[in-house]
Amino acid sequence: MMLDPAGALIAAPIIGLAFGWFLERGGLGSARKLSGLFYLTDFTVFRVLFSAVLTAMLGAFWLSRFGLLDLSAVHVPETFLVPQAVGGAVFGLGFLLAGLCPGTSCVAGAAGRIDGFAVIGGLLLGVLTFNISYPLIDGFVASTALGELTLPELLHMPYGVVVLLVTIIAIGGFVIASRLEKSA
Amino acid sequence: MKPRYLDPYLAGIGIGVVLLAAYVLVGRGLGASGGFSAVVASATVAVQAGDPANAALAPYVQVPVWRDWIVLELIGVAVGALLSARLAGRLALKVERGAHLTADSRMLFALLGGILMAFGAKLARGCTSGQALTGGALLSVGSWVFIGTTFAAGYLCAPLARRLWR
Repeated sequence: MMLDPAGALIAAPIIGLAFGWFLERGGLGSARKLSGLFYLTDFTVFRVLFSAVLTAMLGAFWLSRFGLLDLSAVHVPETFLVPQAVGGAVFGLGFLLAGLCPGTSCVAGAAGRIDGFAVIGGLLLGVLTFNISYPLIDGFVASTALGELTLPELLHMPYGVVVLLVTIIAIGGFVIASRLEKSA
Repeated sequence: MKPRYLDPYLAGIGIGVVLLAAYVLVGRGLGASGGFSAVVASATVAVQAGDPANAALAPYVQVPVWRDWIVLELIGVAVGALLSARLAGRLALKVERGAHLTADSRMLFALLGGILMAFGAKLARGCTSGQALTGGALLSVGSWVFIGTTFAAGYLCAPLARRLWR
């Protein structure tokens, strides 16, 4: 099923188009809507993110069960524990200030939101800043490398059990989000 | 006229199917911050401000920027969003901001937020797309750590940033 490199390049904008379409349809091009997540008034981002994770996780699990997808051929992002924990915290603060993440800043910009372009400009500047400071932090960036480590490996649990647990926790999260929204 | 947004669960399932298609067809997931890395690295090398062998640039200049998978995907994201916004009557040139914020302040915080997000995403090797969505669904430990600290930092700092949005 896997495309050759030329095919993958043709698929890239088509996959992106569908991704951008659903992000905009779901309202994720709106910074005001996204920021509602942090004030417990609008859990749209939470719902979209975790229903997408559940769909892809369950889809990948069952496709591999039926031999339709070789999970070992899919690139799992490598774990670098401490830089990723710190990176996430810095990212979260930036997300709160910007009200958009890198992907949704492109969605906002495409829909005419000028603040989306400001986020895009900031992202370019931020990458430049990182590249310039790289010689000072390269040791930290490469630290606590654990390779392609997955939760089932870490917890010594079967893959399907972790899939089930994540599904239950996410559905619990959806229920709590609805309650919080009602009380807000 | 602003038609209502699609139900968030349906939008999420749509994105999940797209992500699954990416796993099956190209053996990788979705991305966004990687596209910005590729653009900056290519520009840096093009203006001869950096050596292509430099460790921070090298992974992003292996192929020309117009043949970079994430850059092409990200162009698709913009086109898809443009189409969707146009068809929904949501296309409008404006600065979207909180009720108590001037347009200038909003632009400044958007820029600052972008800088922080890029730095964080570079440290974490991915953003909401490459880590939270793609790695999250593949049960990568680092991706779930990233999701955890992203939400934690957002909620911890939210009271301080209240004036931006409320």
